Amino acid sequence: MNKMQPMIGRPMALIDGVEKVSGRAGYTADLDHGPALVGRIYRSPYAHAEIISVDLSKALKIPGVVAIITGDVCDVPFGIIPIAQNEYPLARDRVRYRGEPVAAIAAQDEASAEQALRLITMNVRQLPGYFEPTEARAENAVALHDNRPGNLEREVHSEFGDVDKGFEAADLVCQETYDCAEVTHVHMEPHASLAEYDSERNRVTLHTVSQVPYYVHLRVAQCMGLDASRIHVVKPFIGGGFGARTETLNFEIIACLLARAARGRVRLKLNREETFITHRGRPRTKVTMKIGMTKTGKMTACDCQVEQTGGAYGGYGIVTILYAGSLLNAIYDIPAVRYDGFRVYTNTPPCGAMRGHGTVDVRHAFECLTDAMAHQLGLDPFTVRRANLLTAPLRTINDLEVRSYGLPQCLDWVEEHSDWKNRRPTPGKITGIGLACSHYVSGAAIPVHWTGEPHAVINLKLDFDGGITILTGAADIGQGSSTILAQVVGEVLGIEFDRLTVIANDSRVTPKDNGSYSSRVTFMVGNAALEAALGLKSILMKAAAVKLDVPVGEVECLGETYAIIGQQGSEIPFNDVVIQALVESGTLTVKGTFTVPKKFQGGKYRGAGVGPSMAYSYSATVAQISIDENTGRIAVENIWVAHDCGFALNPLSVQGQVQGGVWMGVGQAISEETQYFQGLPLAANMLDYRVPCIVESPHIEVGIIESIDPNGPFGAKEASEGSLSSTLPAIANAVYDALGIRLNDTPLTPDRVLAAMAATERKGA
Amino acid sequence: MAKSILRLSLNGMAREDAVADNVLLIDYLREVTRNTGTKMGCDGGECGACTVLVDNKPRLSCLTLATSCAGRQVETIEGQGVDGRLSALQKAFHEKLGSQCGYCTPGMIMAAVGLLRVNASPSDQDIKQALGGNICRCTGYVKIIESVRAAAAEML
Repeated sequence: MNKMQPMIGRPMALIDGVEKVSGRAGYTADLDHGPALVGRIYRSPYAHAEIISVDLSKALKIPGVVAIITGDVCDVPFGIIPIAQNEYPLARDRVRYRGEPVAAIAAQDEASAEQALRLITMNVRQLPGYFEPTEARAENAVALHDNRPGNLEREVHSEFGDVDKGFEAADLVCQETYDCAEVTHVHMEPHASLAEYDSERNRVTLHTVSQVPYYVHLRVAQCMGLDASRIHVVKPFIGGGFGARTETLNFEIIACLLARAARGRVRLKLNREETFITHRGRPRTKVTMKIGMTKTGKMTACDCQVEQTGGAYGGYGIVTILYAGSLLNAIYDIPAVRYDGFRVYTNTPPCGAMRGHGTVDVRHAFECLTDAMAHQLGLDPFTVRRANLLTAPLRTINDLEVRSYGLPQCLDWVEEHSDWKNRRPTPGKITGIGLACSHYVSGAAIPVHWTGEPHAVINLKLDFDGGITILTGAADIGQGSSTILAQVVGEVLGIEFDRLTVIANDSRVTPKDNGSYSSRVTFMVGNAALEAALGLKSILMKAAAVKLDVPVGEVECLGETYAIIGQQGSEIPFNDVVIQALVESGTLTVKGTFTVPKKFQGGKYRGAGVGPSMAYSYSATVAQISIDENTGRIAVENIWVAHDCGFALNPLSVQGQVQGGVWMGVGQAISEETQYFQGLPLAANMLDYRVPCIVESPHIEVGIIESIDPNGPFGAKEASEGSLSSTLPAIANAVYDALGIRLNDTPLTPDRVLAAMAATERKGA
Repeated sequence: MAKSILRLSLNGMAREDAVADNVLLIDYLREVTRNTGTKMGCDGGECGACTVLVDNKPRLSCLTLATSCAGRQVETIEGQGVDGRLSALQKAFHEKLGSQCGYCTPGMIMAAVGLLRVNASPSDQDIKQALGGNICRCTGYVKIIESVRAAAAEML
């Protein structure tokens, strides 16, 4: 066994943290590959229109302009879901939202590009714009996409168990409607790509801000009509993603098309407004939730209807609307669940995946209604949750496999640490406290782009210098995935952390990886890293046996030394073992893979592929708030959150991830909302789109619950997305505790709070 | 645009560059001096990522003309190391996970440097006030406060 300090289960700083705090980390906009042309995008001023012509003649006359391209350069659509690709990098024939890319300029400098941008005009026939789902779904509405009459991207209808019978058995049945505003990621680094076209060799190199670089690679090849071997994609340091960069984004393909048209290198940096418009955030979601409960708080049935305002293109839409229904299950024991989901096209920027993908707004509705029913039944909110716990292992009514379940311990932890039982109002202040729970997948069991390959591949390289390089296609976007992989490998091999280097994402070097989405990297790539490290360890043990001249069964690894078991003085250093190992084969490359077994890949019904995961994280959250009765402003003062992450490979990272996820939930709960007027973005900047600043952010205390998942690497599973979802309802339930008013719609802005307080006063008077 | 000779001190080193009068300090730092540690996160004055020190005071380099810094001391994240090692603040942000994706980190650290120069033992309230204009989207700020607190304690 490893006799050195363990490398897992203790706080470790990020493996690339020194670069980040010293300013040396190179993000896409920082890269210096020599002189580059400046790229700019001309965007549609119309929300919905047929393009008759795009006039480039004046713009092309500007000295310094090298190339201008339009939708004519690419007639191949792209999109994240293979069966729903309906977007072009530059619009052809029709524009469907304000800000949609129509043309792109490559120029020698900013000023020429800017000047040319102002001279492009488009001639259109305007079409009716639909900004509300009701407008888009109205009879006779023009279809945004010809193959989607009624402007529905997907309808989902499912029923598991007998829902009507469940409601009959209930003592209390309640129904409420919740309307959660659209939100977006606001990763700190604005979008950027650096594309270089080698016209001698007909090859493209793209540095870009992707969470899933191999998918960008494939879409660039597709849209450029090039063999994928002619594309080279590199992921530099990335300033956050939160789901925005899980899709191939239009500007990444545009940068490559521009580079080819200009026969050179193009730097395309989007400003913050364009980054907002590129969007792919969480759709506005209207949830009608109906729950049946017995007098003791036991849930008997759930009926849920969801309508998502998806924006102008398919994106992740099908997956989002399926997640919303699927993950009604696998948190509580509900015998019957009915779900009707509608994903609607509108003339607004396309929505996509955002932290807690598909589950956040539905969980908000469920936990708020549960809280309301607990109060009606005279039960403590904790009692109601505890009356509906699952017993793992189990297979849910919709075929999800739950192997580890730490929700009971999460509830205990937040109840104790928030001092829930002894809570008292603060004199002279309107205060409240609320509880909610949530869960999330540890990697989607079926990847969006299904090929049948293993879900994850890791390569380890060990060479003459004794350094071990971990080669991975899993994109570290700030969440710390490279650090976790290094910890897993280091733990198995018992080596010093500094002996490890991680190369994350260079398509010519690193193995393909499905990417950083659905909280899959620690679980899936971690398991692949574990397998690779065990493979390398076995080679080193055999080499040590040769060197020590004993059978391998008599060798022990003592960290960076190997020895004959129980024989003091027989120790040989790591480097000698490495040299011996290389004698056999030269440079060592060891591969590890991971595949999700079939039984975890879900059921047989239509849509069954979204929701299954090998493990689910669980969270319980208590929020404490105060309300200023004059301004209606909610101050979130404290949050206690317990998160069952299976096993904390790096407790520091788990805390950081959970705090970040919860805090993002605070923003969605109290202030964040993209706003449009006739499709025109009104809050596409960081002043009007109110991300909480440090002054208005609560203290967040994290309890780590370790249920040791039987399939996770060392027992680990998801740690961040899950706890975001319980934040909104915990805060809304605290508002009820404070005011006795249920506010169903988010964000809980001062205007909404004041209006509700005034309405209650009128009713009271 | 007319250019003039800009003389200033950047991280303790005297510089002399021909700079157009309309160039922003952030573009001067990133494009002319190739110090890319200072980040652009918004379209001007919204996020704090570009914070640097000018004569010891935190300034948004995206709202500052380069030529307005003539004769002044400009400090950026690149100048924070001491004898090739991380400063107390950098070390604290690294070890306490005050930095996740790292994009807001240079600005956040420079705002904290500005604070600790005038207030060696700040309260949590002081820290929040000093970093109030710096947005971070990863950490929820909890570990940023802990990082600044730890660095202040180490520097005392």
